[in-house]
Amino acid sequence: MRTALELALARLRARPRLAFALLAILLALLPLLTGATLGRAWVRVLDLSLLYVMLATGLNIVVGYAGLLDLGYIAFYALGAYFYAWLASPHFGLHLPFWAILPMGAAFAGLFGVVLGAPTLRLRGDYLAIVTLGFGEIIRIFLNNLNAPVNITNGPQGINMIDPVRLDGLSFGSPVQVLGLSLAPVHLYYYLFLVLTLLLIFIAYRLQDSRLGRAWAALREDEIAAAAMGINARNVKLLAFAMGATFGGLAGGLFAAFQGFISPDSFNLWESILVVCMIVLGGMGNIPGVILGALLLTLIPEALRYLGDVQRALLGHVFVDPSDLRMLLFGLALVGMMLYRPAGLLPSRVRRREFAAVDGVAEQEQADLYDSRA
Amino acid sequence: MDILAQQLVNGLVLGSIYALVALGYTMVYGILELINFAHGEVTMIGAMVALATIGFLTGIAPGLPGPLLVGGGILVAVPACMLLGFAIEKIAYRPLRKAPRLAPLITAIGVSIVLQNLAMLIWGRQYISFPQILPDYRFVLIGAQVTGLQVFIVLLSALVMAGLWLLVEKTRLGRAMRATAQSREVASLMGVNVDRVISATFVIGSALAAIAGVMVSAYYGLAHYYMGFLLGLKAFSAAVLGGIGNIAGAMLGGLLLGLIEALGAGYIGDLTGGFLGSNYQDVFAFFVLIAVLVFRPSGLLGERVANRA
Repeated sequence: MRTALELALARLRARPRLAFALLAILLALLPLLTGATLGRAWVRVLDLSLLYVMLATGLNIVVGYAGLLDLGYIAFYALGAYFYAWLASPHFGLHLPFWAILPMGAAFAGLFGVVLGAPTLRLRGDYLAIVTLGFGEIIRIFLNNLNAPVNITNGPQGINMIDPVRLDGLSFGSPVQVLGLSLAPVHLYYYLFLVLTLLLIFIAYRLQDSRLGRAWAALREDEIAAAAMGINARNVKLLAFAMGATFGGLAGGLFAAFQGFISPDSFNLWESILVVCMIVLGGMGNIPGVILGALLLTLIPEALRYLGDVQRALLGHVFVDPSDLRMLLFGLALVGMMLYRPAGLLPSRVRRREFAAVDGVAEQEQADLYDSRA
Repeated sequence: MDILAQQLVNGLVLGSIYALVALGYTMVYGILELINFAHGEVTMIGAMVALATIGFLTGIAPGLPGPLLVGGGILVAVPACMLLGFAIEKIAYRPLRKAPRLAPLITAIGVSIVLQNLAMLIWGRQYISFPQILPDYRFVLIGAQVTGLQVFIVLLSALVMAGLWLLVEKTRLGRAMRATAQSREVASLMGVNVDRVISATFVIGSALAAIAGVMVSAYYGLAHYYMGFLLGLKAFSAAVLGGIGNIAGAMLGGLLLGLIEALGAGYIGDLTGGFLGSNYQDVFAFFVLIAVLVFRPSGLLGERVANRA
């Protein structure tokens, strides 16, 4: 079945240059338009949604490409953020430049991806999910408690006064005048995040079509068959964890610089689950779907804030705090998606076929897809 | 006061609670090979419903003795959770029985989020304290201070577990459950109503969870909409430690995990020269879980092969 959206996309696909130009103009003007109409708070939301797109793209490598359900993904985001904070804040008195820390932080998170991935290599499916969840919690508990006897993370208070991004003498901490326009820090961060997000999306696409990407797909579909074809399952899985973690670490470093403050609270399990929700909602393994999922799940809760006003207007009183409704609706959406549209809003072609399988053989195949029965 | 004896007692009490919750995970896993992620939340709902009942009873009949109130709370919480367990299976898992394995896991997470947030909307964000209605008996046993509540928790868990054991081993339903766990297809060919057995499994597991929820909130004196999550994870670790799918294993795993946690929290400071403190107590369950899955995925009593995990 084709929706109106798909038709419009198909029409644009016939003229790729026009589509590309339209998209570029839209993305460039978006923060200015948003800032002018909805206010600066919404530009901030855009920045955050770009961070989530990066996270979702990274987790998609692990979950969507390689089929390894990781419920502790936010740990790598946390590690990237803390790494940045350690090297660019008064906490240790270090103030290294942004461009030096960011790749190091991404590599640091990637290394942890391998370290945490190694013990889980033999696990599949739901066991893997629980163990990665455990790892995520362990990292958070350590971040929460490593303030004594040696103060490494500053415990629950978190690390404060993290340096803003500084590129070539241009500090992102204060407004900049460009062509008669005053660009606030949120605008500057938007453009920085946009460039990096596009870079990550590009990398993700190239990875998908690479030899490694095909190895991941083979592993996801059938580990034993993949191994029989000469794929080194261990290395390929570790690479998936490492790549995903690197993306997470990069986004974490940006988050730390953007917020100027981080604490273990920002990296709890629900954040991990939120990123998983984005992928599931959008369509696992399909990058446009993942981007859509990330955008929807960051923008909808913000829009839900208006529910408070609606309640006041209709009932004269705010009965339910809209922020309390956020997770509830997410939970319902997760259950509803799985029951009625299990492949996501924009599923990848392969997955659509898997979920649509009707005859007995295909059913057996799809049952085995995430099966622990080897 | 003898620290070792005290921590052993604490661990035993904690372990009996874990064991009750772990049984719910293990029974469902044994039959459906599904991690019922929402099971921890059922425990939380049990505690909340019991507290609400106790509040209601104190309101309409002041002066009722404490144990009677708690008994009333349990009597309401258990059927409420049984109903909840039944509904969860029917809505979130049954339609997905033939879907890829990731699908029910994700609905389970969804159900868990929904239950937590519903509880938050109904009972609020703050910690709810368990009223001080139970008589405060204390005595000293092998150098450890033991409270009446602790004895009660251990005895009630033992009783409930013995009842479950009888149910599974001696009754018709129990035999049907064991048959379904071995092979759903063959069991249904033998005339077992598999759907009903699966429902029964969820209902029984939820009843145990409700009792555990009341116990844990009485023991810590607190209830909170978030309490089910960590409890559920630890109980799941206990089930894996004992060998998931194995009922005796869940009991053993629960007790062991309780002891490991209590002793670990008591001694970690000495072992690491003061570097790590008892605030790392919650980490032990995860380390146990990871260690078991890496070194002995079948668990202590599980007879299943390693590549299952």
